[in-house]
Parts: sequence; C-alpha cells; structure tokens
Amino acid sequence: MIKNNRLTTEQYEHNFSDIKPPFETQDAALVEANRCLFCYDAPCTKACPTSIDVPKFIKQITTYNVKGSAHTIFQSNIMGAGCSKVCPVEKLCEGACVYNLMEEPPIPIAKLQRYSTEKAINNNWQYFERKKSNGKKVAVIGAGPAGLSCAHILTREGVDVTIYEKENKGGGLMTYGIAAYKVTPQFCEDEVNYILGIGGIEVKYNQELGKNISLEELQKNYDAIYIAFGVGLANKLNIPGEELEGVEDAITFIYNLRSKTYKEISVGDKVAVIGMGMTAIDAATQAKRLGAKEVTMVYRRTEAEKSCTQHELDIARLDGCATIWLAAPKEIVGENGKVKALICDVMQLAEPDAKGKPLPVPTGQTLTLNVDMIIKATGQNPYSNIISAYAIDNTKGKINIQQSATNVSKVFAGGDCVNGGKEVVDAVQAGKDGAASILSFLQIKN
Amino acid sequence: MADISSNFLGIKSPNPFWLASAPPTDKKINVLRAYEAGWGGVVWKTLGSQVKNVSSRYSSVDYHGSRVMGFNNIELISDRPLEINLKEITEVVKLFPDRAMIVSLMADSTREAWHELIKKCEDAGAMGFELNFGCPHGMTERGLGAAVGQDPEIAKMVVEWVMEKATIPVITKLTPNVHSVVPTGKACVEAGTNALSLINTIQSVTGVDLDTLVPNPYVAGKSVFGGYCGPAVKPIALKFLTTIAQNATTKKVPISGIGGISTWRDAVEFMLLGSSTVQVCTAAMKHGFRIVEDMCEGLNNWMDEKGFKTLNDFIGKSVSNITHWEDLDINYHHVANINQDKCIHCGLCYITCEDTSHQAINLDKGNPYNTYTIKEQDCVGCNLCKLVCPVDNCITMVEKRVAPEYINWKMWQEKGLPLNDH
Repeated sequence: MIKNNRLTTEQYEHNFSDIKPPFETQDAALVEANRCLFCYDAPCTKACPTSIDVPKFIKQITTYNVKGSAHTIFQSNIMGAGCSKVCPVEKLCEGACVYNLMEEPPIPIAKLQRYSTEKAINNNWQYFERKKSNGKKVAVIGAGPAGLSCAHILTREGVDVTIYEKENKGGGLMTYGIAAYKVTPQFCEDEVNYILGIGGIEVKYNQELGKNISLEELQKNYDAIYIAFGVGLANKLNIPGEELEGVEDAITFIYNLRSKTYKEISVGDKVAVIGMGMTAIDAATQAKRLGAKEVTMVYRRTEAEKSCTQHELDIARLDGCATIWLAAPKEIVGENGKVKALICDVMQLAEPDAKGKPLPVPTGQTLTLNVDMIIKATGQNPYSNIISAYAIDNTKGKINIQQSATNVSKVFAGGDCVNGGKEVVDAVQAGKDGAASILSFLQIKN
Repeated sequence: MADISSNFLGIKSPNPFWLASAPPTDKKINVLRAYEAGWGGVVWKTLGSQVKNVSSRYSSVDYHGSRVMGFNNIELISDRPLEINLKEITEVVKLFPDRAMIVSLMADSTREAWHELIKKCEDAGAMGFELNFGCPHGMTERGLGAAVGQDPEIAKMVVEWVMEKATIPVITKLTPNVHSVVPTGKACVEAGTNALSLINTIQSVTGVDLDTLVPNPYVAGKSVFGGYCGPAVKPIALKFLTTIAQNATTKKVPISGIGGISTWRDAVEFMLLGSSTVQVCTAAMKHGFRIVEDMCEGLNNWMDEKGFKTLNDFIGKSVSNITHWEDLDINYHHVANINQDKCIHCGLCYITCEDTSHQAINLDKGNPYNTYTIKEQDCVGCNLCKLVCPVDNCITMVEKRVAPEYINWKMWQEKGLPLNDH
C-alpha cells in the first residue's frame, strides 16, 4: 500500500540526518589536514573538474588560516561548500589522492573542504568584490550550479546579471535533485544567498523560458544570454502499465521529497527502483528511509557496468536495499488501476555497444516482483522541445556549443543542458567557462 | 640476550637510562614511580639555596600536528626545603639500592657553601654528584648555573672546591649556551671532575601568542628566555657531545649524554657518539615514565641483532666517523634513483629539486599521475629528494664514484685539479 506518514518525527530526523557529518572540532580537522603531503601538481587538483588547489587549502587549515582556505576553494569553485557534500569524491579528488597508492586511506578532502567553506558561509566571509557596473547586461536562465557560477564571475567583472529561475528557490539540482541526507534545504538556501551576497545579481523566480519569458525578448534586452536550465524530463520505460497509479519517476519523487516535509511523502510497502545511476541510489535509499518495507533495485546489466559509484551502492546496500542484476522491465501489472507487480526480462550480456558497454539481450525467461510502487530512474532527457523551438543547434536535445557559444546570436550555454547530466562540480566549471566566453564576447577584460 | 646494565664510575644501574635533573626527579613520589617503571637511575633535581618559582613555567613548539617537538622551561632549581629533599633521597635509596642516585648541585658561590652541601648529600646516600653549571635562566642572574659554565676559569675553581670535599664520583654538566663546550669541559677535567654530562638546555623563546602578543610562557603579561630541550635539540646535543668525545683532554672521562633523547634509537646514537649513560626528561614529561620499557627492549634487541654483548662493546664506536670537512673523499659520488614501483607521484622530490636544488628531476605529465625520473648527469647527490620523499626506500642513493682512489680537498688543491666537474 502506498501511504505517507509511516514514521515518527524522530525516525524521519534520524533517517535523513547528515550522512557524512562534519569535523566537530578544529583538532579533528587538523589531524587529517596534517596528513596531507602537499603534493606538487597534485593529482587531487587535476581530478577536480574545477581544479581546486586542494593541497593549498588543506595547508591553510594547518596554519589556522581557515579564512584563506575557503578563499582558495571559492576562487576555483563558488559552490565549493555544496560540492563538499555532494561530489562523488571517491571517483574525483579523493580517488586520486596519492595515499591510495600507499594502500592508506586518502585524505578526507571533501570533509576538510566542508570544514573551511561552512565556516566561510556561516560567517559570511565575502572574498570577492564586484567591480563598478560597466553597463553590460546578461541574462542567465536557471539558478542552478552552472547559472550561479556563471553569474558570480560575471558580476565580479561589473556585468549586471539577471537570473530567470522557474522554481521559487535557487540551487537547481542541489536544492531539488539530491538526497536529503546529503544537503538540507536550509544549507542550499544559505549557499545560494552566500553566492548572491556579492551583489549585482537579480534573481527572478517562477520565471520559465518559453512560458513567462521568450528568448527573443531576452536577446532584445540583454547583451548576452547564458542558458543553464539543465535537464529535467525523466526517460519513459515505454512498457505496458507505465500509467498505473504507483509508478513515479525518480526526479519527481526526489523533487517532492526536497520541497515538502518527509511526512507528506508517500511510499509503497514494496518498492522497485529501476536503474543503477546516482539518482536511482538516491531514490532507493530515500524510499527505504521513508519507511518502505522492501526496496529492490533492478538493473538490466551487471554490477560491473553500474553507473553509480561503489560508495553509493554500498550506501543503498547498508540501507537494506536489494539488487537484481540482468533484469529489464517488461510489463507492469496492475489491479484496480494500481501497481501490483513488475515483470522483467531476464537478460544476458552480449557484445559491447557503441559506448563500449556490453549490450543486454533477453534470455527469454522472465521474473516477477510483487511490488506496489515503481520508481523510474533510467536517466533524464533534455528539454528538446524548447531547444528546437528556438532553433538552437543540438544533438538529441543536448545543446551543441563551441567555447560555450551556441549557434544562436548572443546565446551561450553550459551545464547539464549541454552535457546531458553530470555532477554539480562539472556544472560549476561549465559556468566558469561560460562566463569567460561571455566576457570575451562582451570585450570585458578580466 | 645482551647485558644492558651500566657501570658509570662504579655507579651501577640495571640499564643506562637515567632521568635527568628536572621536575620528574624533584620528589620521592616521582622517583619511586620512575623506579617502579624501570628507570636505571635518576639525577635528583638540583639542590642549592631555596628558590621561589613562578606560574606558568613551560611552553613548547609543535610541528605539523606533533606536540612538544621542542620544550622550554623557566623553572628554577628545587624550590623545596633542602631537608625534605635529603630525607626523601635517603628513603628512595633504601627502597631501590640497585638504582643510580645522582644528586644535582648548585650551591652558592663559596667554597664553604659547596662543601656543606656535598657533606649533607653524601650523608643522605647520594652515589654521585652532577654539578649544574648549565641552567640558563633565573640562576645566572645570581652568578650561578650557566654563569659558571660559560666561564672556564670560574668553572674550574668551583670544580676544584667540589673535588676537595667529594668522596663519590662527580659529573660536571655543561651548558650549550657557548660557542664551544670544549674550553669549559677541559677546564673541568683539568680541575679533576670524574665525568662530564651534556647538554643542559638552550636559551630560547618558543613563540609569541598572536592574540596577546606576549611570548611564551606567559607570566602576568610578560615572559623570559627559557631553557630549550626535547627532540628539536638532539642534533645540537649530538654535535656538542662529539666535540667532547673527540677532544684529547675531555675524552678521558666518561660522558652522560643529554638532549632530546626520546627512544632507544636516540639513546644508541648518543652512546655511539661517546655517552656511557643517557639522561631523559622531555620524553618522560610528555608521555610518562612508561616509555622506558621500550627503551630497554629496543636497545636489547638492537644489541642482539648487531652482536654487542655489553654497552661498552659499542659506546663511542661512531666518534671517529665524524671527521673534518677537508678530509672527506671528493671522489665519492652518489646519485638518486626513484623506484617507480614505489613512487606515489606526489611530486615533492621534483618541486624541491627544481625550486631549490639542481633541476635534476624530469617531469613527464600524466593525468592525474606524473612520472618523475632522475637526470643522473645533473644530480649532485645532495639527498634532498630522498629526504622529502614520503615513501620509505622509494628514492635511494646509488654509489657512482667519480674515480676509485681517495682524494680530499687538500690533495685536490695540491694537484691543481679543476673545480665544478660534476
């Protein structure tokens, strides 16, 4: 049965508390910071999409220069605080830490980054000063990581920035698309406010491109436009029964979870989650944490091909989520309009496809899962309709760019709407690249 | 099993580890705890005219997360009445007759004062004396401590007074707050001291509080120079020790080594450079007396491994290996080698060589791991890369002699050989 209010307030609080708690004391941070070898041309920095000078910011913690430490981080990544909580560091900075080569635990870079940046945000240490307005105006579409990062650099150079955001809060996926035990709504709001604290950025909320505003209008009123509206439409399964009550997409599920109270969110007794990416993990673990009795993750390939990290899969497993490999949804069976079971083709792996992943093919056998809720997490699609409507050059809905510029006059783009959906940290870098191109286009020297 | 017992001028102890004259040896309760823990002996905290101490008394230097790398104190000699100290010494000796009981002395600067103090301490059961000619603070202003040790003539005079009276072995403790410890050491040996010990603490300021702007340690808004000790001073102590172990006059007497000894390894180094016993303070003040357990066991294992049966088999064995620069073999050459299987690509060797040495390391860019290799023709064999490398035995120095024969700087000049040919 699908229902909400399964747990007590205390249980919800406990289940959604910070999964990676911060250092509680300066001493604790110092022990780890002092382990850092201060590598030259450091692998961790190279593994960071925004190239944060990790050895430098950690060294600064050891000299009690926490203020300088956060400055070092924000110079490369203005969302360094959020990234410290949501980055899959095991495949980025911490995965590259040279201690791994010594069979020693890597430096907890994310935790140290959080240590410095949280202090900066809590104390509102503003490091960047906006230059006097140069009269140039740029519109940014989307107040997510790419948009905010781009806007921040532009305003520093004296550009007047207006961000159009379709939701009533900023932060994008950070606010609406990430597991609640990684970042709280309050943190997301604080981070957005901290970034906007520099001034010169006006955010217009509840403004959606194609609905309340048009690209033509923006082209007329602004010197440049930066599109950073991400991706959003969940992939469909295109199987019978997809319209039944109890079938939900992970994006909507997490969006609701992030914008309402936990008590309000309904889950089934037995939940199947389809997919094995980061979003699938977030959906499965949170369904469990909302009180679902059984959660089973279904993936059409094997564990070796999963797109989530091992660390994330371990979180799901520790939460008690089951996994079924080599199973592809074939049909959803209903009763009285409600989900009753999920029938899957049992698959086997054939030759690798064009991307190099082995292609799963049906064996002819099926398996049936008795479930009352199905969460689809098989990827997101770009907003291709609107992109095509404005004749923006794209590949399957993903905007094509050259040095952040699209084929349309004055229009630049970056982030998920270009790459199809990557990490927050990739979007921040895209925003930096976009800002650099726009500044060059506007002939503003930085 | 090796025999680690020590016989220092007839003063026997089950091991060569003594606690130095300092706060840990100021009271019966401390000394009994030390003996129970296994220490071979103590040098009882300096006795003399009664003094008054201040609060606070210690400060330290931390380095890269490690506490008390260097330690500093402004405490004076024992501030307890002499009678209490003497009574406790008698009680301790009775309870632990197999341990060394040396008493540190700093009498007022008259023959009579020294003679009186010596008599009282011998009567109390002292097995030997250590003359405190080194305390660098508080006592110098009264013409005592380092004020004596810094002037060979005064030191000689005081040692002569002591030797007139003492019937038990006398060790003279030297101050390092001089350009060389040898003149005072020589003067003391000539005056008849039976042994020398060194070093006492080094005058220091450990730091300044960046909030109050008052240096450490803090005493009501002010500070004073203190005496520095602990691991940070070990290299300086070893240097002073070597000069005493090499000098023709001072090497005639046994030496008790002091200065930053924290482990059996440190102790062995002091003994290899001429110390018959070693004295420990800071390490015990940081960790408690229990550290002596590993000191004994580690020393024993090392001696077994090296085939040394008694301490005398290795004491002083490294003294002759420190020579004069102009006697070093110029034809000796070695170059660094990086073991690529062990390398973790931290780049520390590269940046340090590139920025501050001889640009003798190649960098091949990789993502995320660079590859570092040695340019042998440019490597001068300085060791820097090996020293900064965080992985044991990843960088090794490989011998590549320039020529087989020994040649030193003097010979080089006589032959008119060219410079800078490496």
